Amino acid sequence: MKRWPGPPVLSVALCLIGLALAGCSSPSSTTTTASGSSTLTVAGSTAMLPLVLEASGEYQRMHPTVKISVSGGGSAAGIAQVAARAIDIGDSDILAVAHPELVDSRVAVVGFAVIANPSVHVKSLSRAQLREVFSGKITNWRAVGGADQKIVVVNRARSSGTRAVFAKVIMGTTPLYEGGLVEDSTGTAVSVVRSTPGAVSYVALSGINGPGVTIVAVDGVAPSKATIVTGRYPIWSYEHMYTYGPPKGEAARFIAFVRGATDLVKKNKFITISEMHVTENDR
Amino acid sequence: MIALQARRSHRVERIALVGLRFAAFFVILAMAALLGYLAYEGTKTFSADHVSLGEFLFSPNFAVDAGHPGSAVFIAGSLAVTVFAITVGGPIGIAVGIFLAEIAPARMTQLLKPAIEVMVGIPSVVYGWLGLTLLVPLIRTHTSSPTGFGLAAAGIVLSIMILPTVITLSEDAFRSLPPALKEGSLALGATRWQTITRVLLPSASSGLAVALILGIARAIGETLAIQMVIGNATQFPQGLFAPTAALTTEIVTDMPGATQGSLLEHSLFSMALLLLLIAMVLILLVRFVLRRRT
Repeated sequence: MKRWPGPPVLSVALCLIGLALAGCSSPSSTTTTASGSSTLTVAGSTAMLPLVLEASGEYQRMHPTVKISVSGGGSAAGIAQVAARAIDIGDSDILAVAHPELVDSRVAVVGFAVIANPSVHVKSLSRAQLREVFSGKITNWRAVGGADQKIVVVNRARSSGTRAVFAKVIMGTTPLYEGGLVEDSTGTAVSVVRSTPGAVSYVALSGINGPGVTIVAVDGVAPSKATIVTGRYPIWSYEHMYTYGPPKGEAARFIAFVRGATDLVKKNKFITISEMHVTENDR
Repeated sequence: MIALQARRSHRVERIALVGLRFAAFFVILAMAALLGYLAYEGTKTFSADHVSLGEFLFSPNFAVDAGHPGSAVFIAGSLAVTVFAITVGGPIGIAVGIFLAEIAPARMTQLLKPAIEVMVGIPSVVYGWLGLTLLVPLIRTHTSSPTGFGLAAAGIVLSIMILPTVITLSEDAFRSLPPALKEGSLALGATRWQTITRVLLPSASSGLAVALILGIARAIGETLAIQMVIGNATQFPQGLFAPTAALTTEIVTDMPGATQGSLLEHSLFSMALLLLLIAMVLILLVRFVLRRRT
């Protein structure tokens, strides 16, 4: 009685495992099947998600042979996945500084708003006050002229581009308070702020749908297209679509389509790059 | 003719044997691959990033961008929710187990058993969602907690989730006792209550210990349901109603954005390895308890 499985069993097992591994690691770059249809996978920033979703719908209507799958996951996830060649396009609110192999295509500009639960009764905060609120230095809205209400800081996960932009523009070297809540997408951050008294967070303007949250002005300036393009409102960033190497084929066409879809860009509360009077360096 | 039949059945037997061996071999290989990969990736925090094991286990400073993957907060969070769950869910589960095995009339058992089986089948995202929409607002309005998220919400959800495990295993522990124990006790004039507390409970203790240990294993590994209600704040549990985070919730929160080869990714793998080691210790504990009984 042999204890060890015979050589055929072993080789079959190894083949199966090899197949499984090959299936996982093969780059899913734009694939064109025999019938001439092609698929494109896009993932990353949840701030960009509404725009990219709508653009992909329109693009697929115009090109019925193209299938585009769009998902979120966060900016860092978008960068990580496109760098691993698991997806074709990685959406990001932040620069992929650690990945020289990735090529950046800027498609739009997004503004970010500080949002609070209406119970806090605060309409505007200075940058210094924002730093005090979001670093946990003050814990009650009374300290910044609001209601007698405990501050609940709602942060985004570490992979969030929104978090990275907010930290860079407003917090500087001051660390964000980690004792609040952490939400992993734009949508859940908005709904938690809406339902939690005293809550405050930062989200893409495009992600605020419906009433129930107060948009807090920064140094008296409310976020709007006019204040962002002139550089008066500071919290904004470029929306990047990253590809592994220069964009080619269907990916290049889709990126060009998103950039040129000014109606969709405006409708989803983004700003086209050509409208900007200032650049990121002026901030 | 007979020889031919014998040869054919012999061949069928050989093929079946090969198939069974292949299945067993595949399980072992999958297990070994999982263990090996987790051990390889999970130790990179220490081998590639040169973080000391002490810092990973005991430092509360989780600032991976600055090179500090201290995970004490998540370890403490995992322990806290697990202790909460087993303190609340354990006694309730054992009580229901006693009820089912010793007290409940047959018709009631027929009703309760399927209900408990359904509880096992409910996906954890449903438990989490119910926690988020019912429990969190309830805690927010009835306590001083401004958010409702936190240790208590996660602990209550977990207590409910471990009930089926604890109930089923403790019921089995009572049912597997020799009937002579109970009959002897009752024959000596002991009441039903005295029989349960003085005779059955001590005799079933090792079975109940296994029920509790597997309940703990279930609690410490649960992810999605508690991620939705714990608040995911990187801070030690500060009372029942303050948000905190556990090993599993931290992994699922930061995993999507962990760049390959980054300290964040390595430290999340280390947390996964730690969870695996905890599970292994718990299983060894179960085997130890069972072996001591026999």
